[in-house]
Amino acid sequence: MERVAVLGVGMVPVDEHWDRSMVDLAGEAALAAMTDAGMERVDALIVGNMTAAVGESGQLNLAAQIADWCGWRGLEAYKVEAACASGAAAFRAGIVTVASGQVDSVLVVGVEKMSQTESTLTTAALATAADADYEVPHGPSFVALNALIMRRYQHEYGWQHEDFAPFSVNAHANAARNPFARLRHTISVKEYSRARIVSDPINILDASPTGDGAAAIVLTRSGKVNGHANRPTVVVAASAVATDTIGIHSRREPLRLFAAERSAHTAYLQAGLRPDEMDFFELHDAFSIMAALSLEAAGMAEVGQGPRLAQEGAIRPDGSIPIATFGGLKARGHPVGATGVYQLVEVTRQLWGEAGDNQLSKARVGMAQSIGGTGATVVTHILRIKAKPASPSLRHSHA
Amino acid sequence: MASTAEVVVAGVGLIPAGEHWTESLRSLALRAMRAARADVPGLQPQALYVANMLAPSLSGQTHLGALLADFAGYHGIEAYTLEAGGASGGVAFRQGYLAVASGLIDVAMVIGVEKMTDKVGPAVESAVASNVDADHEAVQGVTPMAQAAMVMRRYLHETGAPSDALAGFSLVAHKNAVTNPNAFYRREIRAEDYRRAPMVSEPLNLFDAAPIVDGAAAVILARSDRLTSNDAYPRVRVGGSSVACSVVALHDQRDLLRLPAAAESAARALSQAGVGLEELDLFELHDQYSIYAALVLESVGFAQRGRGWELARDGAIQSDGTIPVSTFGGCKARGDTGGATGVYQAAEAVLQLQERAGKNQIAGARVGMAQCLGGAGATAATHVLVRLDGC
Amino acid sequence: MEVSRHWRLKQQRYSLVGEVCPHCDSKIFPPRDICPDCGQEASQPYKFSGRGQVYSFTTVHNPPAGHEENAPYTVALVHLDEGPMVTAQLTDVGDKAVEIGMPVEMVTRKLRSDGERGILVYGYKFRPRLLPA
Repeated sequence: MERVAVLGVGMVPVDEHWDRSMVDLAGEAALAAMTDAGMERVDALIVGNMTAAVGESGQLNLAAQIADWCGWRGLEAYKVEAACASGAAAFRAGIVTVASGQVDSVLVVGVEKMSQTESTLTTAALATAADADYEVPHGPSFVALNALIMRRYQHEYGWQHEDFAPFSVNAHANAARNPFARLRHTISVKEYSRARIVSDPINILDASPTGDGAAAIVLTRSGKVNGHANRPTVVVAASAVATDTIGIHSRREPLRLFAAERSAHTAYLQAGLRPDEMDFFELHDAFSIMAALSLEAAGMAEVGQGPRLAQEGAIRPDGSIPIATFGGLKARGHPVGATGVYQLVEVTRQLWGEAGDNQLSKARVGMAQSIGGTGATVVTHILRIKAKPASPSLRHSHA
Repeated sequence: MASTAEVVVAGVGLIPAGEHWTESLRSLALRAMRAARADVPGLQPQALYVANMLAPSLSGQTHLGALLADFAGYHGIEAYTLEAGGASGGVAFRQGYLAVASGLIDVAMVIGVEKMTDKVGPAVESAVASNVDADHEAVQGVTPMAQAAMVMRRYLHETGAPSDALAGFSLVAHKNAVTNPNAFYRREIRAEDYRRAPMVSEPLNLFDAAPIVDGAAAVILARSDRLTSNDAYPRVRVGGSSVACSVVALHDQRDLLRLPAAAESAARALSQAGVGLEELDLFELHDQYSIYAALVLESVGFAQRGRGWELARDGAIQSDGTIPVSTFGGCKARGDTGGATGVYQAAEAVLQLQERAGKNQIAGARVGMAQCLGGAGATAATHVLVRLDGC
Repeated sequence: MEVSRHWRLKQQRYSLVGEVCPHCDSKIFPPRDICPDCGQEASQPYKFSGRGQVYSFTTVHNPPAGHEENAPYTVALVHLDEGPMVTAQLTDVGDKAVEIGMPVEMVTRKLRSDGERGILVYGYKFRPRLLPA
């Protein structure tokens, strides 16, 4: 690993951008990243997106449209899709492409537009991440599927609903300082407890808001990034994708994210690092239950004990494992196919020391993890500041 | 850095293209995946790259990577979908190739699958039309067929070619498909049939357009040092691989009669392979519409502008010609399988190079090219496959 | 219109037909041709009894397109007696409070309509099972 580095990042605020098309948003984020990287053209464009092709007035060849919008005719461009993990999967595809040695630079863009369809169609679009033959026809919305997990989890481990509140409270508190976040108001435990139920036991403050958004990252070979813009070089120390069954009903352990365990474990091995060596974790808090399960799968909490980290404040910026440092999916927002790239942009900003009011004091190694569906695809990346050759090596070697 | 070992196509598997009403998308894919594994049972894939374009709209299903990996019994492996409209198959093949070339993956499986038969009626037309520009073309009722028809009309107008100029593409495709048990249409058509065929979107007639059907095709890619020395078949390596884009909307094209993405990606792939056009023994091109077959031949350099149709007229594209195309029937007769087409093309080219093409065998085939297009040339994915000598 | 798709799934939807693995005797639903437990080929049909227990449940208030008519409704993960789990709606619950562990049995009911002019889609739902006292 560590052959690939981040050269530039860009994003648009997560919001309802009524007057911008999907291609407009993607183009804006793309050009922002290119400017940040100091580049005019890349060798390839990879787009992460989930819902553009869903439904009867869908758009295929989206990547070609975006390339054209940016003025790059002839460019290699295509889309990668892995449901809500599409953005992170596109980043993974970008790493593979640069690592092949056949191109020098890749621009990864995650984009989603969710505000242009009415809500039952948006819900149906999100449900395409589930099993279309054996889950969807029976009526569970995506929220309902996560609710099935949360209810059983509470039943087995004895957690009260209110025990999950700190996940949302923390996310909102962080988003209040992030100008790109969708929701910027803080919330209290009391408000959490009184929030309207969406699909019991999930209430509106357990669930992340959808929105339109686009984020972009320029990747290149590590050797080509040397003190560009006076930033420390951020390299990809690990990149791992794992899958599990789509239907919750088919999982051996419905209360564990097997794919997250496998993907995180592989990532730790690649990076030669342990879970406690992550300075922070941009996890996939689409729902508070997912945040808890992700912490467990990543080895930061015992199975069934994820909410304890929230209760103890470990997940806050001043805690031992800060999460959702810019608001996470819960408050920065979850424009599904774009989310994975937002997470990676945020990790990069932390490592560069450019996180503004969201800056963590300790940010040398960051983990980002994106989950497709209710856990069927999990993409984990570890980014770190590259050790300078002159200094003693900061890397640990673990078998 | 990148591995210096070659990337080899270790296994291929196809299922008949057609209307598989009783089978689900996942079981179509499984059959092709198993067929590919049968070539190299000892190689378990570590990653699965899925090529598909219409499952989200016709089957209400995204997330095919996880779905198919699990359904095939490859629980836990890396998997995601690649999409570029009708070029999805070639793009997924490229991703598999890059993954293996990078050394990050040792054995990759690429599965192209399309299921057209979960819906019937106008919903299918709408879905297929998502290959055009949604905001500026589809909203006007433009479909890929309408695009091709407008291009064909312009072509005939500019070249002055006769109205049956493009007949040869269908004739050759159908003739080749007669001996392909996986083809959808297996009946020859004669020049007379083409001349008398009804118009479907003037000037495009019934035989100018390929049927879009269900299908699944899979290939397994691995680094050559992963294979044992007793190969069942001659080794085929990926000599060149390239994807290029152009515009999506027809009205944005600078020149209606040139496919710049097809030209660019073919040039790059050939250059990477160190192969000249004249060295190609076969070309699995995107004959979804006969006009595109002609334009591809021109854009890639087999004929001058406006003269691609002459290659069809003069028999150059026949199996015994100078540049055989659609050797198993192509999109026109084997069937256009949407996102899976690019994988069918690659698999068919490999079968040719491995001398496994049966009655469709192109004699002495050693180098082949496969190219698929998304939309009216919005995306082009090209691969040059080379048989390794002495294997 | 998804006529062919619904027709293709009718054995599973109406009769809860899955598979039994001839190698390890695992019962499999939905059918999938490769046994998830032993990894071998499994395509022998097996008809489930329809009896099971509620593993988890929730009420849907924001239905996806096509289910608006029925909202709010309860969906559940039902653990079938023979081993596999299915996702399904609960029905005929009446005044009873749904609980984890509640015994249920399969019935065939209307799942949704397939668009304005489409066909009605039927399939399995589960209702509380009365056990002998």
